[in-house]
Amino acid sequence: MSGTPSLDAAATGGTATGTTLVKRGLAEMLKGGVIMDVVTPEHARIAEDAGAVSVMALERVPSDIRAHGGVSRMSDPEMIRRVQAAVSIPVMAKARIGHFAEAQILQALGVDYVDESEVLTPADEVHHIDKWAFTVPFVCGATNLGEALRRISEGACMIRSKGEAGTGNIVEAVRHLRSIVGDMRRIAAAGDEAELFEWAKQLRAPLPLVQEIADTGWLPVPLFCAGGIATPADASLVMQLGAEAAFVGSGIFKSSNPPKMASAIVEAVTHCRDPEILAKISSGLGEAMAGLETADLATKMAERGW
Amino acid sequence: MKPRVGVLALQGGFAAHAAILERLGVRVDEIRTAEQLAAVDALVMPGGESTTMSMLLERSGLLEPLAERLDGGMGVLGTCAGMILLAAEVVDGRADQHSLGSVDITVRRNAYGTQIESFEADIAVDGFETPFRAVFIRAPAVERVGPGVEVLARHGGRPVLCRSGPATVAAFHPELSGDSRLHARFLDDV
Repeated sequence: MSGTPSLDAAATGGTATGTTLVKRGLAEMLKGGVIMDVVTPEHARIAEDAGAVSVMALERVPSDIRAHGGVSRMSDPEMIRRVQAAVSIPVMAKARIGHFAEAQILQALGVDYVDESEVLTPADEVHHIDKWAFTVPFVCGATNLGEALRRISEGACMIRSKGEAGTGNIVEAVRHLRSIVGDMRRIAAAGDEAELFEWAKQLRAPLPLVQEIADTGWLPVPLFCAGGIATPADASLVMQLGAEAAFVGSGIFKSSNPPKMASAIVEAVTHCRDPEILAKISSGLGEAMAGLETADLATKMAERGW
Repeated sequence: MKPRVGVLALQGGFAAHAAILERLGVRVDEIRTAEQLAAVDALVMPGGESTTMSMLLERSGLLEPLAERLDGGMGVLGTCAGMILLAAEVVDGRADQHSLGSVDITVRRNAYGTQIESFEADIAVDGFETPFRAVFIRAPAVERVGPGVEVLARHGGRPVLCRSGPATVAAFHPELSGDSRLHARFLDDV
């Protein structure tokens, strides 16, 4: 097994690809930005024109995955290639939880980030992908800090709070972000090592990662937010709650004016703490996507992942 | 007196730059508006997506004030996307992408390919006694260097660190590898 390749290349002075620094570095560069779900090259161009920092190429946006039902899988490589050809910004794509063969294919396609995503139907109900084994970096979802740290211990280089994809309802994203950020704050305030042992046990997370949070107050990788962002105000809310960038899925292309909504959400992330600018950019956007009440959902995607 | 340094915080790796600069003991302001820009003595333009930053510069009313400050000789350090924005000419950019032209170089965006080709390597930097660990992420490449531009480091024969008057630009990310020497030199210069 590859273990933790991490920073050891730095000691040798050689040229190295796929190091932890290089993988986490791209996530660092996406901060303060918006990653948009796109299902066609035309959507991808609209996203890039609006100022997206990256696009997520998939066959259906989450709200359509909900409506369509059935097994949801990795996108057709041909579709991913066409999106890659359409834009100059990084292109991400989703693999099913535990489906390392899909991830291998995505790496072969040269995608810039793989999202091991609960939005697709899980392929393995016990194991997530060994992400250390890949050169391409991975993002994974999390509903709480323990889940985030388990994903990082498996090699994830970016965490996104899961929210509830395809609902246009921000309540789950807020719940997950508050849980993750709140627990990090409590760990940073821990009195002694014994409390950290207990945190690691409670979170079912590796102790060294808990100790790292106690030292730095934050995850060792960027924390982004996904699942339910439908307006510029939603984007501002999650950024002020501690998210460092936003994934927007159905919220853009299920709104009445996608180009306008997309660029407004881009500006809202940048100016998330400036209500006057937010008031200006939130005006005249047309209809946001129709939302869903989470209590009514047949499938809670956030519950996928272990 | 230590300068008051701004980090352009429209999008990208601004937090890592701010952390290094604060470690060096300077006050750092995040810059998102023209008023905030007017209050600083020098500016860091971080990596990120140059197309996004170019649009946000325009939509946030920062493009002209920034161009004026650069014309007025404000010290600036641009890394990756920051280098692209400060270059005179960009290849493989968007047609509507702004070039501030502070450094007379031609830069190709994403010259190395996708993220899988991103890498780290030791480079020799003019004036540093030991190598500098440089992280290249979907990095741009300098394809032409105009007169009056100093090349301070190369990798694989390509210039990766250039200086032109008060502007220093890097194709790599000095803010990511924990080495503060380039930031310290930038602070000495401004």
